[in-house]
Amino acid sequence: MDESIAFFLSIFPRLLAAVPLTLALTAISGVVGNALAVPVALARLSPNPFLWIPSAIYILLMRGTPLLVQTYLIYYGLGEVLPGSFIQQTFLWEYLKDGFWYAVFAFSLNTAGYTGEILRGAMSAVPKGEIEAAKAYGMSKWLILWRVTLPRAIQICLPAMSGETILLLKATSLASLITVWDVMGTARQIQKESYRIYEPLLAAGVIYIVTVFILTRLLNFVERRINQHRAAPVSA
Amino acid sequence: METTLKVEDLHKKFGQVEVLKGVSLSANTGDVIAMIGSSGSGKSTLLRCINLLETPNSGRVYVNGELIRMKPLADGTAKPEDQKQVERIRSKLAMVFQSFNLWTHRTILENVIEAPVHVLGVPKKEAIERAEALLAKVGIADKRNYYPNHLSGGQQQRAAIARALAMEPSVLLFDEPTSALDPELVGEVLQVMRKLAEEGRTMLVVTHEMGFARDVANQIVFLHKGQIEEQGAPREVLSQPKSERLKQFLSSTRH
Repeated sequence: MDESIAFFLSIFPRLLAAVPLTLALTAISGVVGNALAVPVALARLSPNPFLWIPSAIYILLMRGTPLLVQTYLIYYGLGEVLPGSFIQQTFLWEYLKDGFWYAVFAFSLNTAGYTGEILRGAMSAVPKGEIEAAKAYGMSKWLILWRVTLPRAIQICLPAMSGETILLLKATSLASLITVWDVMGTARQIQKESYRIYEPLLAAGVIYIVTVFILTRLLNFVERRINQHRAAPVSA
Repeated sequence: METTLKVEDLHKKFGQVEVLKGVSLSANTGDVIAMIGSSGSGKSTLLRCINLLETPNSGRVYVNGELIRMKPLADGTAKPEDQKQVERIRSKLAMVFQSFNLWTHRTILENVIEAPVHVLGVPKKEAIERAEALLAKVGIADKRNYYPNHLSGGQQQRAAIARALAMEPSVLLFDEPTSALDPELVGEVLQVMRKLAEEGRTMLVVTHEMGFARDVANQIVFLHKGQIEEQGAPREVLSQPKSERLKQFLSSTRH
């Protein structure tokens, strides 16, 4: 038992060293995925069937299939197609030898689907009167989107979006299945080397929960800053 | 006198219901026109057709002599020929809404400078100076950094009026500006509007405030079932109504 605890404690430095990679996966996929969610939501709300049907299918596929399946398809699928294609001659190839970028790609697309749907709902929830006021003051369609609809929608769905980010952080552990040495990947490596099953898993769990806790606090802080208008008034 | 706003033979249908049945109206510079009528008479729709928040089925709207070009469609409705023209004209017709419609994610000051900076291209510094003067004018200079939700209805509506004035509009459109306010807050908004009328601003006001219509407007338009039933100087229209309907309307509003 003592020996088990000693081992459990001894592997923390190695796992902690992998935290930056897990955070990088989360941050890059989060930023790219949330940015892509905007066109997905816009297309979904469009009255044009050439826009909303593809967008609806995209959302359905991303939300309707397991992320692991998506990740494998992208990693092995693209891994099959890309070598020998023109991509091999471009600067992208350097990156595409690494599982990390396939994971980022998969997680970004998945996030775009989930957040796209959340954003769509939030955009329809922006009070009509505020959009009408923007129209009445001569704003163009794109200016209204940029200055009123999007910022208001993001405020509305911020709690849901930070929830998605937490889910994304935990989902990045799937990257360990395509040779990425994030926290989970490192834990699996330690399992193989030491023939110990539980200690690496438990240690990884502890690291994830602490990271999630810190990220939650951070996102709460951001939420409060962005949603100031809902808080109590500042005294004059 | 220069004609600032002219409306000719405006028709508007919502589905099968004809809400405006050929309304014509004109406002010279400095006119304050009060539009009265029972709910469903089409007065708000008329106002919203002028800045094309509703698209009229037919008819013409001129602002400063410029016709808003419309294209009739096969289904009997119409649409603007040139969206850019609509946006340009809207920026000259500032609207004040019944429920204020301030942008709640921006502070009061940001609300006031938003359209001048992003629609008219006024430099931000200049816009802020002007906004501060306008907020002082409507009496809420100390609330500049508050968010709309932190203000009372009366303060929000005064902020909305400052937002409208910041556009230096040719015509101010008021759509029942005091109807959503608590009774004790109505006075402060009417007082600001009175001040604007005295300055000689051109105003089109849909209202239920008969006192305001009588004292401040120089013209009253009574709408009934989508048509102008009676119009003229407040004293004539209100003290010697000719039509039966206006008599009824006035007796029902005089408590």
